[in-house]
Amino acid sequence: MARHDRRVVVTGLGTVNPLGADVESSWAAARSGVSGVGPITAFDVSETVTKIAAEIPNFDPHDYLEKKDARRLDRYTQFFVASTSQALEDAGLDYRGDDEAATEVGAIVGAGLGGMHSFIEGLDTLRERGAARVNPLTITKLIPNMAAGYASIEFNLQGPTNCTVTACAASANAIGDAAEMIRRGIVDVMVAGGSEAVIVEFAVAAFNSSKALSTRNEEPTRASRPFDAGRDGFVMGEGAATLILEDRDHALARGATIYAEVVGYGMSSDAYHVTLPRPGGAGQARAMTMALKDAGLEGSDIDYINAHGTSTPANDRTETAAIKTALGDEAASTVAISSTKSMTGHLLGGAGALEAMLSVLAIRDGVAPPTINYDEPDPDCDLDYVPNVERPMEIRHAMSNSFGFGGHNVALIFSAPEA
Amino acid sequence: MERAEIESKFTELLVSELGLDADKINPGARFEEDLEVDSLGVVELLMALEDEFDVTIPDEEAENLTTVGEAIDLVVAKLA
Repeated sequence: MARHDRRVVVTGLGTVNPLGADVESSWAAARSGVSGVGPITAFDVSETVTKIAAEIPNFDPHDYLEKKDARRLDRYTQFFVASTSQALEDAGLDYRGDDEAATEVGAIVGAGLGGMHSFIEGLDTLRERGAARVNPLTITKLIPNMAAGYASIEFNLQGPTNCTVTACAASANAIGDAAEMIRRGIVDVMVAGGSEAVIVEFAVAAFNSSKALSTRNEEPTRASRPFDAGRDGFVMGEGAATLILEDRDHALARGATIYAEVVGYGMSSDAYHVTLPRPGGAGQARAMTMALKDAGLEGSDIDYINAHGTSTPANDRTETAAIKTALGDEAASTVAISSTKSMTGHLLGGAGALEAMLSVLAIRDGVAPPTINYDEPDPDCDLDYVPNVERPMEIRHAMSNSFGFGGHNVALIFSAPEA
Repeated sequence: MERAEIESKFTELLVSELGLDADKINPGARFEEDLEVDSLGVVELLMALEDEFDVTIPDEEAENLTTVGEAIDLVVAKLA
C-alpha cells in the first residue's frame, strides 16, 4: 500500500519511571502533581555538586527476567524489557513461539547514553584489576542499541529493529521512525520507545560540569521547575516507556483498544551549538511546523503540548518562543502546555517516549497534567503552563516536543481515535 | 583443598556468577546443552574460577571443557 495510505494508532503502553512501575500508577501520580525527585541513593554524592535525582526505587529486574538473563543486561535494558512486557500485554500481542507473525513486528528504541552503569563497572575493573578481568559481557551491556536488540530476543520481534541515539530526542525519534515503518507498509506493528539509566557519579559530574543540572539539593521535590523564574537546570531521571504502534486497519480487524492515532512527526536541526538551543527557537519551531503539516493540522488545532520543558533557563525560554512561532501568537496564548519533567525529572533518551505516553493518556482521559513547582512567572515564559494542578479539558490533538544535545528537534502529534 | 569442597564452591560460583539453578548442576551436566551457558558465560566462569581458586587457566585448556565435572577436574589438577 502506498506511503501515508496507512494510518498508525497506539494500542499498548508500558513504563517504569520515577512516578510508578506501571502505566496507571504513573499517570495517577502525574495527574496529582507528585514529584519523583529525591536525594540520590545510587552512589555516594559527597563529591558531586548535584545530590538529587528522580530515581526508580526498588526496581527488581527479576519481576520480568530470569536471574541468568537479568545479570547479562544493563539497568537501562532491564527497564526496557519491563516497559515492553507491559505494553505488549496491554496491546494483547505476544509473538513468542510464532515465528511467522514475528516477522511482521519490529522495534525502534531510543537511548541517550546506553549502558553507563556497565561502562563504569568495566572501566573500574580495568583500572583496579587489569585488562584480563574485564567482563566478557561488558560491550553487549553498554551498547545503546541493546534495549532494541534484547527486546527483539526476549519478545521475538523479527521485523526491522533500530536504535535512535539523538540524545534527549532519541525516543521521540524512535516513535516517529517506527510510525513511518508502518505508514510505509513495511510491517503492521512496531514496538517503539526509549530507556535511560545513567544516574551514576560520572554522568552527574559531567552534566554538572556542563552546568546543565539543578543544584537545588536542599529542596529535591521543588528542584525541577520548568518555565518558573527560579529554574536552575534539569533534574536527572531514569526509566523507560514503550508504545505499541499498529496499522489502524490491523488494530481494528483484531478488535484492539485504540488509545490514540499518531498523526504527525517533524524534525529539524538547530545547526547551532552542542548544548544550547538556537536563540529564538527557529529550529524547534520548524520541527513543530513540520509535524503540523504532516498531520494536516493548523496550530490552532493543538489543544495540549507536552513540552520538552527541561527546567534549564535556555530551553524553556527558547521553547516558549518556538511554540509562538509554530502555532502563531494567538493559538500559542490559549494552548495548554505542561512539562511533566517537573515531576518525572529528565529521562534523557527515555523522555520522549514517557512524554508521548503521557500525551496519549491526556487525550484518553481528557486531562492535561500539570507543571508543578510553578510559582513565579518568568517574563520570557508567558504562556499557559497548566500550573501546579491538572486541568480537565477536551484534548483532540496533543503535541509532544523533544530536543536533544547536538541540536536535534523532534515534535510528535497524537490525535484522539476516530469514533 | 578437598575435591568435595571444590565441587561445592564451584556450584556456588555457577549460581552466584551465572545465575544458574543449583538443582541442575551436577558433574555430568554439559555447559552448553544442559545449563545453557554460552561461550561468553564460559569466559565469565573461567574468570570467576581463577579468582576463587587463585589458579590460571589458559584459553587452550579451557577450550576442551564441556561438562561441570571436567572443569572441576581441571581445578583439582591445578591445585594438586
